[in-house]
Amino acid sequence: MTPLRYARAVDEQDAVLQAATGARYLGGGTNLVDLMREAIERTEALVDVSALSVGIEETEDGGLMIGAGTRNSAIAAHPLVRQRYPVLARAILAGASAQIRNMATAGGNLLQRTRCSYFYDESGSRCNKRQPGQGCDALDGFNRNHAILGASGACVAVHPSDMAVALASLDAVLHTRTAEGDRHIALTELHRLPGDRPDIETLLEPGELITGISLPPALPRSTYRKVRDRPSYAFALVSVAGAITVDEGHIRDVRLALGGVAHRPWRAYRAEDVLRGGPLGKVAFAAAADAELSQARALRDNGFKIELARRTIVAVLEELTGEPA
Amino acid sequence: MSIARDAKGLVQGMAQGLMAKAVALAPDNWVPGGVPDPLIGHQHGHLGRAVSRIDGPLKVSGTARFAAEFPMEGMVFAAIVFSTIAKGRIASLDAAHALAAEGVVEVMTYRNAPRLSPPPAFMSNPKAAGGDSLPVMQDDQVHWNGQPVAVVLAQTQEQADYAASLVEVAYESAPAVTAFDKARPGARPAMFMGQPLHDEKGKAEAALQAAAVRIDATYRTPRHNHNAIELHAVTVAWQDDVLRIRDASQLVSHTAWSLGQMFGITEDKVVVTSPYVGGGFGGKCMWQHHVLASAAAQLCGRPVRLVLSREGVYRLVGGRSLTEQQVSLGADADGRLKALIHKGLTAKTPSNVMPEPFILAARSAYDAETIELDVHTVELDLLANTFMRAPGESVGTFALESAMDELAEALNIDPIELRIRNEPEADPLNGLPFSSRRIVDAWHTGAQAFGWEQRSPVPANRREGEWLIGMGCAKGTYPYYRMPGGAARLTLTPKGASVGIAAHEMGMGTATAQVQVTAERLGLPIEAVDFEYGDSTLPGTVLAGGSQQTAAIGAAVIAAHRLLIKELLEIVGNDSPLAGLKPDDVACRDAGLCKRDEPERHETYASILARAGQDSIEVTGEGPPPLELMHWSMHSHAAMFCEVRVNAITGEPRVSRFLGSFDCGRILNPKTATSQFRGGIIMGLGLALMEETQIDERNGRVMNPSLSEYHIPVHMDVPDIDVIWTDIPDPHTPMGARGIGEIGITGTAAAVANAIYNATGKRVRDLPITLDKLL
Repeated sequence: MTPLRYARAVDEQDAVLQAATGARYLGGGTNLVDLMREAIERTEALVDVSALSVGIEETEDGGLMIGAGTRNSAIAAHPLVRQRYPVLARAILAGASAQIRNMATAGGNLLQRTRCSYFYDESGSRCNKRQPGQGCDALDGFNRNHAILGASGACVAVHPSDMAVALASLDAVLHTRTAEGDRHIALTELHRLPGDRPDIETLLEPGELITGISLPPALPRSTYRKVRDRPSYAFALVSVAGAITVDEGHIRDVRLALGGVAHRPWRAYRAEDVLRGGPLGKVAFAAAADAELSQARALRDNGFKIELARRTIVAVLEELTGEPA
Repeated sequence: MSIARDAKGLVQGMAQGLMAKAVALAPDNWVPGGVPDPLIGHQHGHLGRAVSRIDGPLKVSGTARFAAEFPMEGMVFAAIVFSTIAKGRIASLDAAHALAAEGVVEVMTYRNAPRLSPPPAFMSNPKAAGGDSLPVMQDDQVHWNGQPVAVVLAQTQEQADYAASLVEVAYESAPAVTAFDKARPGARPAMFMGQPLHDEKGKAEAALQAAAVRIDATYRTPRHNHNAIELHAVTVAWQDDVLRIRDASQLVSHTAWSLGQMFGITEDKVVVTSPYVGGGFGGKCMWQHHVLASAAAQLCGRPVRLVLSREGVYRLVGGRSLTEQQVSLGADADGRLKALIHKGLTAKTPSNVMPEPFILAARSAYDAETIELDVHTVELDLLANTFMRAPGESVGTFALESAMDELAEALNIDPIELRIRNEPEADPLNGLPFSSRRIVDAWHTGAQAFGWEQRSPVPANRREGEWLIGMGCAKGTYPYYRMPGGAARLTLTPKGASVGIAAHEMGMGTATAQVQVTAERLGLPIEAVDFEYGDSTLPGTVLAGGSQQTAAIGAAVIAAHRLLIKELLEIVGNDSPLAGLKPDDVACRDAGLCKRDEPERHETYASILARAGQDSIEVTGEGPPPLELMHWSMHSHAAMFCEVRVNAITGEPRVSRFLGSFDCGRILNPKTATSQFRGGIIMGLGLALMEETQIDERNGRVMNPSLSEYHIPVHMDVPDIDVIWTDIPDPHTPMGARGIGEIGITGTAAAVANAIYNATGKRVRDLPITLDKLL
């Protein structure tokens, strides 16, 4: 067997020190351990950070601070999350299975890796994400689940997280720590587009530890809609996270993010720009969706996602601007 | 008359050779022309009672031991290295790093594997069990992407898995045919069990052209993989020249014989036991893992456990092949079929003999004036395909019953009424009478229970919020089979009786139902009956497949029972109230025998045995050849009803209600039968909506070898499923029952597709029906 060292970090400083000697951070292990079993991730040491920074607290500005070690199911069940950020609770509950949500941590969820089947086929397929420069078998292979936005010739994979899509729509901010100190990263900046280095997935430096996620005060209405092949235990074909403030028949503020369409949670800035200050209604919503999707490119199997994304964006906006249920 | 035209596959092929001499030996009890099984007349005993599974407590308490759970002294664990090319040869194979890894005992490759004969491919011999006939690790040749090229043996599973990742293999690729479209020009008539999959009655093409109303459409079904919850596993040891295998099997005797052939030993030197199986569905036959583990155990001189990973099941165990089916229906204005044409293409490999026989259901479905059925097949360089729950009917009924729905709409006739109008009086192709065919009853009771009258004949006519709601129906069908080779040992003691037969319990309730049957037959309480099974040293060669096991066991037990009564009457002596009676004079009741027409003339088994000074009587009876199949057209049917909701915005299809109304003869145990029917329907929902093995046609590699990417229904996909049945005994089968293991998956996909059409007005003719096809 591969020799493997495992240690529980006593605090964040300890975790960062262990990482400096090559250890990988372990949260709930729901993705990393799978990938180690498949020999896609290889590491000689794990430092368990799942007991650090656990909990959810209200911040002075009326937002929330979520510890990176907080379990997904705990976030989804938290009363303040359910009251103020239904988009986040719904996104989490739309993901994975109850068992996985009970294990998975907030920080780990953000760093989970794509489920592209060529990425997973270590022995039999080419993947630039696994091995830079090797080539991408998904480009002309099974790519029904793959990206329609922001993909490159090197990689067409999508980010699998539901929670991250909700966080992208909420303008969440990541709190991280390294040996050099702490910093903040906007969640929308965390994940990279693939470009020619799809193996580099985030802006995090080696050994940089996510310690928490802060949410600014919520918009009054938000929701998450996930479209998938079966109603549970399936990744999104398309998902939409949305939050909105309406003022006298016009959209004062709006946040939209898409899942299942890109290498990162896709904040739909173009659509937001079209919507902000504009009127309500199907025509306006469709125009916004079209603006966002004007750059979309279909692969062999995933052309339907463009229309599906358009329809789902419109439906979410209609839901958010309709009479409260 | 050809029996091969009246029922399918296994029965015919295995029975053919035996038929000629069998006719002369036909016994006179329940077989055609004789009296029915007397149990058919028993109305208030153990039969038909909802007895809970006798293996239930063992399974829920974790004490039932499965193949991968038998400990053996000195055992090593195996891990397989799979090829990554579709065809070619192993250019180099370096196991040095693997051998040097901690805990590794041996690495087996074609260079050091014991010399073996090729596996006898299923259906090549009555006892053949192999998925294909390719040599197993005997040379450097690669025949499919995923073929085992090395087996690592180590002290722990983790050590073996890790060392397997260190085996370095380089290949020299040869041109491979892995794309269905590229293979089309090579399509040839399909042979199944030595018979062409081709039938003609009249001039169908001409009749089609002359018909008042015509439907002509192409339907496609993808490949499917076996996904039984229990992974394929064996624990193997060579003990004193005997190969002992703890297996997960649906054919223990076949496996023993086949491994014997490969290792050059007689079948009695191979003992295969399989007491519990976590699902079979046609997938738990003999594949390379049996051979590799047995060879590895021989090579390293230690017991070996080989448990396939889920990926391993996808790479090593065949599944259902794809089909492309054309159905043309011609009818007069009243809906009477003038022509039924069902033909198309499937794919297999050069090394197996299993073209997916999707025309089988069409052979006896409808009373069409003319019929033309045909299967052509192409050969691809892939893992051999195989049997999977209702091979033929599961996907064939999708095409045929979708086409019937299309015809009903073209005619503006209710789809149930159209089917009833075309009910045949006798088998449409061979003219045989039906043994029992009560599908019309099933349609009527099913329609009423489901509320069919609420269906709008106009598609896309019912909506609640975002959801379009529709109803559809389809006919399911599966034949009655009984394969030759059934034999059972019946042991009677003062305390009760025991049946021993090399049959299988794969979770469907076999042991429970057979205890009920035997208790009823012998007039014993259920607690006094034991059922021994799952061991190749027991009598009989019984396949748990083709939904025929209940009949095969039943017929064998009938034969053994008759021998038992004969022996009992021989030992009763002159002081018994039974003195002087002949077997036909007596019946079993209250733990003993009585005179049939004077039930008070009775003596208990215990008394008979005690007087004769015997502890027990043991007899072994052989089931008669399946002559009933030559005299009758024997089929079960189901009227399937589905309600779906399709999201008008996203296209998401969700089944909201399902009802199956079955005509399968007598139901022996309503509780286990309900689970069988429901399980089949759930598998049918997966067939309809999500199951698809993704084989990359560039290199023949399965790209979704995991339950996260290969979708099967989760709980939220499964609605309330109601099952009802006619419970009308078939007078020509043991116990009046016909098999129920497979019929639930038949007709289900068409019922879903037809309901989706009713909901949306969109006719989807290629499975699975995913949301992108409904946008």
